[in-house]
Amino acid sequence: MIQALFVLFAALAVGAAINVVVQKHVLYSALSLIVLLVAMSGLFILLEADFLAVINIIVYAGAIMVLFVFVIMLLNLPEDEDGTDRLRWLKFVGIPMGLFLLFMVLATLWQTGADNAATTQMPGTPQAIGQALFTDYLLPFEVTSLLILIALMGAVVFAKREL
Amino acid sequence: MIPLNWFLILSAVLFLIGVLGFFIKRNIIALLLSVEIMLNAVNLTFVAFSSRIHQISGQIFVFFVLVVAAAEAAVGLALIIAMFRNRETLNVDRSNLLKW
Amino acid sequence: MIDYLTSRDFLLMLLKMFIVFGGLLGAFAYLSLVERRVMAFVQMRPGPNRVGPFGLLQPIADGLKFLFKEQVHPTDANKWLYLAAPLISIIPALLSFAVIPFGPALQVTDLNVALLVVFAVGSLSVYGIVLGGWASNSKYPLIASMRSSAQMISYELSLTLSVVGVLMLANTLSLVHIVQGQEGTWLGFIPRWNIFLQPVGFIVYMIAATAETNRLPFDLAESEQELVSGWHTEYSGMKFGMYMLAEYGNLTASVCIATILFFGGWNGPSFGPDWLRMILPTIWFVMKISVFIFIYVLARSTVPRIRYDQLMRFGWKYMLPVALANILITSLLVALS
Repeated sequence: MIQALFVLFAALAVGAAINVVVQKHVLYSALSLIVLLVAMSGLFILLEADFLAVINIIVYAGAIMVLFVFVIMLLNLPEDEDGTDRLRWLKFVGIPMGLFLLFMVLATLWQTGADNAATTQMPGTPQAIGQALFTDYLLPFEVTSLLILIALMGAVVFAKREL
Repeated sequence: MIPLNWFLILSAVLFLIGVLGFFIKRNIIALLLSVEIMLNAVNLTFVAFSSRIHQISGQIFVFFVLVVAAAEAAVGLALIIAMFRNRETLNVDRSNLLKW
Repeated sequence: MIDYLTSRDFLLMLLKMFIVFGGLLGAFAYLSLVERRVMAFVQMRPGPNRVGPFGLLQPIADGLKFLFKEQVHPTDANKWLYLAAPLISIIPALLSFAVIPFGPALQVTDLNVALLVVFAVGSLSVYGIVLGGWASNSKYPLIASMRSSAQMISYELSLTLSVVGVLMLANTLSLVHIVQGQEGTWLGFIPRWNIFLQPVGFIVYMIAATAETNRLPFDLAESEQELVSGWHTEYSGMKFGMYMLAEYGNLTASVCIATILFFGGWNGPSFGPDWLRMILPTIWFVMKISVFIFIYVLARSTVPRIRYDQLMRFGWKYMLPVALANILITSLLVALS
């Protein structure tokens, strides 16, 4: 049962990712990325990380992707031009090399052994994450809040019409 | 139960799709989306390992990856808006004023 | 896998799903009748009372009308997104009811992150509005959907922060445990509801939920006087019906969460014979929701609409600091006691 769910979410994730790359209109790519994020959340739930799965939806699919969709709609872009650029042949070299890289990575990973991935000994409950986040990882937590503040100021400055 | 290497293989495939998208696409927003695919693949690896070795630090790191992705998306999109205002196009091949 | 799909647990869950979602869709349709009648009485006119006794068949007549109407597609509208946007709007509205407990053992499922699931699907409902407005290829829906999505993501922050006080008191994210933590009374007659411990959180939650569900006084995005009909201008027939159902669904979901978090959910005095005791919690729950829905409809009929810049200023400069101050003071008091 769980394996059927894994195959479903994995197929959805891979299909959505390929759709992101293949689509000509960038809005469809952004919407496919949202489908990918939902599939990711499903996979996180299969790995007993339910808090992270829901946070993924709230933050990534619910806020960051809204930002992407906003910008795409406001800029009102046409579809990708099929122009004549000099580096078009790179596509025909890049894809085989990428597949070769994938083959090398998979050949290594195939031999890691079929150990079980999830047991019920450490569920990703909010209590466990909260305890670790506020005791062991308190300094990175505070630093990331500073990072977000800087990103906020930077985004406002860059997007203004006149400073 | 699901073996661990299934998750790792899925993550590698997704990462590769993100890399290929980054090489092939010419629209800057599509490049940013490919970077987000790569970040998601890495998130999956972190969570898979975190549940395998029973330590919560993998999931904590996914938190920080999420935060960094949010900050990077915000600043990147602001830059794209500024760029679009100057050039009227989002094709990276057109942004070649520094080339000889 | 087949033996799970035919097992008793799965079939029981399917039955619960059908009852909950079927009953809910009927309830949303009748909510439109409630709204129209209450608004009419406030405005000193009778409201729809021709179709059936007291107008009780009006939602059925409306549903039939939606089904039989001609579906007009605007030219140059983005066909797939135009068709998919009402679906994206109604799926989160219904999905949040999967974790809401209507009684002591009456929820479709109980997760230990149930409250976050409600907020997660709420944040996905922005896409129904954004895509619906953009895919219509027309200026009023585009303006309305941009305004509405900016409003929704701004007030989503205050919404999520306003319930953190309740979470600190209850120490859990599971809605069933939050309700069970509000059993009993103080001094014998004051019920142990979170509203007495978190009044500021409740006020912030109600205002933010009004803004999230695009109800008056925050419904600038679908104001009839300015933007024809907002993001569902170009929709007709059952797609418009789905948008209406989605709006009432979001309203009911936020009202249910308000009662669960702040007013004790299905807790209430229990009396009478055994069969009455079994259904009494659900009756208390439904009564509490009805009071809040009535308040929402009254607010719609009496309060004027807020201008867009006033709305954004209010959300970012007043509601967000108040919610954060609430968290600060609550955490201080919890740590000291």
